[in-house]
Amino acid sequence: MFPRPIQQASAPAQTAYKTMLPIALILWLLPLIAVAVFSIKPASDFTQGNYWGVPGSFEFFNNYGQVFFNSDMPRYMLNSVLITVPTVIGAVALSAMAGFALGVYKFRSNIWVFFMFVAGNFVPFQILMVPVRDLTLDLGLYNTKTGLVLFHIAFQTGFCTLFMRNFIRALPFPLIEAARVEGVAEWRIFWYVVLPLMKPALAALAVLIFTFIWNDYFWAIVLTQGPDAQPVTAGITSFNAQYRAAYHLMSAGSIVAALPPVLMFFLMQKHFIAGLTLGAVK
Amino acid sequence: MTTATLPDTDPPKRGWYKRNEIAVTPWLFLAPAILFFAVYVIIPIFQSFSISLYDWDGLGQAEYIGLANYQELMNDRAFEVSLWNNLKWLVCYLLAIPAGLFIALFLNQTVTGIRIYKSLFFFPFVLSQVVVGLVFAWFYLPNEGLLPAIVGWFGFGPVNVLGDPSWATYGIILAGLWPQTAYCMILYLTGLNAVDPEQVEAARLDGAKGWKMLWYVIIPQLKPATFIAFVVTIIGALRSFDLISIMTNGGPFGQTRVLSFYMFEKALSEYGFRMGYGAAIAVVLFLIMLVFIAYFLWSMYREEKGH
Repeated sequence: MFPRPIQQASAPAQTAYKTMLPIALILWLLPLIAVAVFSIKPASDFTQGNYWGVPGSFEFFNNYGQVFFNSDMPRYMLNSVLITVPTVIGAVALSAMAGFALGVYKFRSNIWVFFMFVAGNFVPFQILMVPVRDLTLDLGLYNTKTGLVLFHIAFQTGFCTLFMRNFIRALPFPLIEAARVEGVAEWRIFWYVVLPLMKPALAALAVLIFTFIWNDYFWAIVLTQGPDAQPVTAGITSFNAQYRAAYHLMSAGSIVAALPPVLMFFLMQKHFIAGLTLGAVK
Repeated sequence: MTTATLPDTDPPKRGWYKRNEIAVTPWLFLAPAILFFAVYVIIPIFQSFSISLYDWDGLGQAEYIGLANYQELMNDRAFEVSLWNNLKWLVCYLLAIPAGLFIALFLNQTVTGIRIYKSLFFFPFVLSQVVVGLVFAWFYLPNEGLLPAIVGWFGFGPVNVLGDPSWATYGIILAGLWPQTAYCMILYLTGLNAVDPEQVEAARLDGAKGWKMLWYVIIPQLKPATFIAFVVTIIGALRSFDLISIMTNGGPFGQTRVLSFYMFEKALSEYGFRMGYGAAIAVVLFLIMLVFIAYFLWSMYREEKGH
């Protein structure tokens, strides 16, 4: 193990390490802690210039109540859910199939199809922006959740296919061969043999894509406008315009907007990290 | 023994699909993904190339003007600034890799509660860039922000990071480094888990420790993690958009624009709907990225052949 386990170090070094840990963490999360404190402060603190001091009073319920019951935030949140969940399902389904095709079958163009997905996943959004916006307008899907979902599914399929294919490659191939010898149809092999083995990959991608799509801002402002279809990342800017300089409300709003992926991460940490490392680093 | 039907004499009539099952199935499985990907990703890339040769406001008739958009780019001060800022992003963003490694080394211990520490250090990555941008923008606020307050305690004058043309970009990059460092950290933490303990022990017996151990024994074994860290950091640096849009909206005086942001501004904001010109900027950004994409694919290709 590197670095050398701290337990082998002298007692003072151990104490030093254990005191440094929380200090480092507080410094690391300082901007976030500040926002959390902001979100429970009363408005009067800001007008009196008490930005960084102790909160004048505890206004957690007031501030968050404002966000939930007195603004468009719930609508934006609902939009985000309605955009994120279908995208996760669509992208994972498409890429499970594509990954199966690329991971199991040997055909000449296999690696080129695979590289097409990988390369497409890395292109800058801006090269897609004008044509995709046009296409969405032509389909009559501008400013709809469906328009965003369709694009997100397509784009995320690149990354997901990369991940799925590598995962399927690492599965025991004799299992598939055995099924073939038994005369099992190919699509049944996919459904009954490969798919059950892919559960960890499906979980990893689902949480990862959920976070990516929830946090998307660029496509939200390119393909939607207004509270009918906009997700919470875009909504928070109009929310902030509405409550300009009301830092307690803006902070509470930001925390609410950020919460779902955070919960997802803490609940599904193992899968999340497996996904982020692309399965390449074990 | 009567006339039992012998399967060999009368081969069952197998359909075309059955006979070609192995060859056809992969394409059936690929079809939906390829269709979506082609319509929304591959074809638009070529369309953007073509749009960049037109003068078009997105609604009316597009007029073919050849390379005039690119000629205009050459003399565009704002384009030059954006290009330089992209370079700043690229170089500074790479700091996330050593910083992530450093934190990973710091946290790679087994004391009580270390798992929670690791997750909390990773936390910033899960936040959307919009929230990170807001949080840092408030952190930098010239009078009310925490940073000026801290700087004030040390007796320095007021700082206005985001209002100062020469500092604003670095201020935004720092905000971006926060989640990116967390990402690199998690890559290295998983990498460190897989480091071969026997090699480490052997090197220890040979008297290697500290920096030497890190450089000659550990880092070579972290190569897969480093590769992914490079890929995601470079792509992240060139994709930077959200933070700029939230924190400065390109200002002050357009000094924090990068290509991705400038493109958006030209094509789709109150500054006008110049789709052709925007597409030309996007093409330049795409070509820059293509260099890296080609390199990544080449590395992957060698890896594939190696197996």
